[in-house]
Amino acid sequence: MDVKEIQKDFPILNQEINGHPLVYLDSAATSQKPLPVIEKLNEYYSMHNSNVHRGVHTLGNRATEGYEGAREKVRRFIHAKSTKEIIFTRGTTTSINTVAYSYARTNLTEGDEIVLTPMEHHSNIIPWQQTAKAVGAQLKYLPLQSDGTISLDAVEKTISDRTKIVAMGHVSNVLGTINPIKEVAEIAHRNGAIILVDGAQSTPHKRIDVQDLDCDFYTFSGHKMCGPSGVGVLYGKKEFLENMEPVEFGGEMIDFVGLYDSTWKELPWKFEGGTPIIAGAIGLGAAIDYLEDIGLENIDKHEQELAAYALEQFQTIDGAEVYGPKDRAGLVTFNLDGIHPHDVATVLDQEGIAVRAGHHCAQPLMKWLNVTATARASFYLYNTKEDIDILVTGLQKTKEFFGDVF
Amino acid sequence: MSFNNLDTLYRQVIMDHYKNPRNRGTFDGEDYLSVDMNNPTCGDRIHLQLQVEDGKVTDARFEGEGCSISMSSASMMTQAIKGKTIDEAVKLSNLFSDMIQGKKVDTEGLNIGDIQALEGVSKFPARVKCATLAWKAMEKGVGEESKE
Repeated sequence: MDVKEIQKDFPILNQEINGHPLVYLDSAATSQKPLPVIEKLNEYYSMHNSNVHRGVHTLGNRATEGYEGAREKVRRFIHAKSTKEIIFTRGTTTSINTVAYSYARTNLTEGDEIVLTPMEHHSNIIPWQQTAKAVGAQLKYLPLQSDGTISLDAVEKTISDRTKIVAMGHVSNVLGTINPIKEVAEIAHRNGAIILVDGAQSTPHKRIDVQDLDCDFYTFSGHKMCGPSGVGVLYGKKEFLENMEPVEFGGEMIDFVGLYDSTWKELPWKFEGGTPIIAGAIGLGAAIDYLEDIGLENIDKHEQELAAYALEQFQTIDGAEVYGPKDRAGLVTFNLDGIHPHDVATVLDQEGIAVRAGHHCAQPLMKWLNVTATARASFYLYNTKEDIDILVTGLQKTKEFFGDVF
Repeated sequence: MSFNNLDTLYRQVIMDHYKNPRNRGTFDGEDYLSVDMNNPTCGDRIHLQLQVEDGKVTDARFEGEGCSISMSSASMMTQAIKGKTIDEAVKLSNLFSDMIQGKKVDTEGLNIGDIQALEGVSKFPARVKCATLAWKAMEKGVGEESKE
């Protein structure tokens, strides 16, 4: 994998920020977009734009083929059985909310349990809080071990026969923890529960096989995996999706409409009310082609190397605290002793380095870490060890700067 | 090391307020109104207590967590509004808000003291919300007071 060549595919990286070459270390928030994706969107709008599934005309056919072709690419990418199980949504948040509304609110009753982890992103907490309040269910949290991982022993102890849903991130956006989804799914199923996986931080970086993981719902966003923003995916096993009611009603998702009653299209379209995210899905398809061309295994390996290198380099910085386990996805969340992460991020920005600072939409996890905010550097296929060296130098400068002014 | 831009943001006086915040703490007793406010996108939070008598802010205290900009701004704000009427305090808040958004402000005849040091925030749009948090809390507090 030639990262210097890959960088050429990302025009945005070739610019200076505040007089320094951009070092983009915020891909966990959103990834940059390669030329093939940008060009695909351009081509779609310049050549084929039309509404789908209705026009008899040629453009309508092209748009439909592009849109449904993207669905097949997603199916292959995550190894789902059928395109009926691939629903295009606005993103991970919408995907999770769809399951919370459509599945959970009808299948859960008072006293049922929903099991979560404290490391979830807000979008995999709040939909379940709202569901629990609506149906009288209980939320239960798996305990975290001191390194920010969960133990299967704890999973066995927490999941009971009252548990109906286990909702869990595949990879933590703060700690980088990689959760043992396959094993948790087995425990959930043995107890009669289903499992929903927030794959926002895993799908861009790892080969995903939803059948091997045996998860019942898998959710992810296009914009974190080189695709455009505004498109994401809800994968669900057909047996569940078929028995779920749509959440949005309107055009495109109907079979027959009468004055007082209507019926729905078959899967997956019954969940795609209104004009769908046509360009977004086609752009996501192009992103999948791009990632598969390079190879998810290669990307994964590259990022693991970067994470290991970053952890090593961070040890050279006095007063840097790094959160999360040793074995992790390609991100490092940290704090510099005595300097607030916003101040760190502002100084780094002056050096052209983009990192995220704040609570990372994980306030319960911040509480567990006993901090109000952290800084985070996250890596993707276009990052290099040199980027990490620049970051470390930037952090040394940050310390110097605040050392001087204090 | 060239940190020219940063020097305009992190002025000495700001760092001094951050390291040695004025009016940090809480009042004893019950003779005050209090406001809690946070910046949900970044996690900064402030708990502000104000003593208001006859339409005048007689004292102010704060507790909170946040970056150097938000906490120094809170420290300066509590200093600046002491002795001001509610109207004057709100006016000062508006002026401050204009200043850090890079708008031209007329400070003549106003003793705005240390607050001027935060002018550099206007060059860092992402940090404007940090600087205004304490002021928004104050406006909310005196707004509720003047309604009563």
